[in-house]
Amino acid sequence: MGAKEKQLKPQRRLKPVSNIFKHVKESKIGLIKNLIDKARLKSPWLLHFDCGSCNGCDIETLACLTPVYDIERFGIINVGNPKHADILLVTGTVNHRNKKVLKQLYDQMSEPKVVIAIGSCALSGGIFRDCDNVVGGIDRVIPVDVFVPGCPAKPEAIIDGVILGLQKFANKQKRK
Amino acid sequence: MMLLHNILIILAVLLLTPILVGLILGLDRKLTARCQSRKGPPILQPFFDLFKLFGKEVVISNRWQIFCSYMYLISAQLSIVLLFLGSDLLLILFVQAGCTVFLVIGAMSVPSPYSQIGAHRELLQVLAYEPLLILVIIGIYMTTGSFMVDAIFALDRPLVYDLPLMIIVLGYVLTIKLRKSPFDISSSHHAHQEIVRGVHTEFSGNNLGIIELAHWYEIGVILSLSMLFWATSIWGALIIILLAFLLEIIVDNISARMTWSWMLFHVWLVGFTLATINLVWLYMR
Repeated sequence: MGAKEKQLKPQRRLKPVSNIFKHVKESKIGLIKNLIDKARLKSPWLLHFDCGSCNGCDIETLACLTPVYDIERFGIINVGNPKHADILLVTGTVNHRNKKVLKQLYDQMSEPKVVIAIGSCALSGGIFRDCDNVVGGIDRVIPVDVFVPGCPAKPEAIIDGVILGLQKFANKQKRK
Repeated sequence: MMLLHNILIILAVLLLTPILVGLILGLDRKLTARCQSRKGPPILQPFFDLFKLFGKEVVISNRWQIFCSYMYLISAQLSIVLLFLGSDLLLILFVQAGCTVFLVIGAMSVPSPYSQIGAHRELLQVLAYEPLLILVIIGIYMTTGSFMVDAIFALDRPLVYDLPLMIIVLGYVLTIKLRKSPFDISSSHHAHQEIVRGVHTEFSGNNLGIIELAHWYEIGVILSLSMLFWATSIWGALIIILLAFLLEIIVDNISARMTWSWMLFHVWLVGFTLATINLVWLYMR
């Protein structure tokens, strides 16, 4: 009866350690910053979230990890942990029940991060867009950087999407 | 003069260990990928991962996580520096055990069940390999008559002639420390694990990078310990490292992850048996 829900402490967010090199451009320490920027493009760890898809896009996403496509050759690892991930791959429509989960996963990822929506459902809600419980595409809940269309999206298209996401990383760094 | 010499050794060890271990791990990932008929990441991939982690925003639940990750790094560095300065093997062992304890405390300081279970399993791993390490060091003591690393270099023949079974025992320790199958129960390099990333789950960004770096130093300690078994020649030491490394990759690829109870039973049964046979043989000789 009116039991108090245990509130967890909010998580603290600290700036990356490499920020101490922020104001040093033309020195050897500036080199380290460049090194970190380059390393970021070569080691994108990704988190795959199935937001309620028919599993078509999920199977295609996981196919990227198989020897046929082998995305590990780009340094990409499927980490399954938002705190370690750089790229969030989302498949399927968002509904009112899992939009909180999606938002939370996005919030737990540390900057810099890129979101990639995969398949018609994640883009717009697909054939489910008129359902009562469906919110629509995932861009209604979190900001999306790359849209990969298809029903289901092909593994080649997903890899292209991830590479495009990496270019967004580079652009984000330039803007800073 | 002696002081300058020591400072140079310390700097060289702190600088070269991450470079060499990073290259070994990169080669490991490449070879593993080739075993699975994949192309695999570049050999420098571990360095890319590390530098990227240093450039990420840090999300923490409490300050213990930062403290513990740095303490883990410092104690791991301390143990490898002590080893190369020819210090006491028992001291090195205790410092090395201490660094894992900091990792466990950091993982236990957050309420996440994945992190908690990972920490418990990490402690079970320590329970599995630490007694074996002590037995290896006792074997070294029975051969050289001293716990000091320097005494091993004073011998005129390699330790491996006196401790042939201990090198296998050390192989078990290395497999657990490298987090390779079948002993990658507390944290696995691969996704699709029931406890996400185990002890590493709640660390992020820079702290995860620090922990990764500390882990490299720890691997350096175990690899250097195995090199001591053929301390009379650098080629012998390299052969031991190469054989151990290739065996690790084969074992990792042909075995699945097992449970903690299987690990404890198996490692203790095989490890204690081999170590005891070797010690009894040394005693009877």
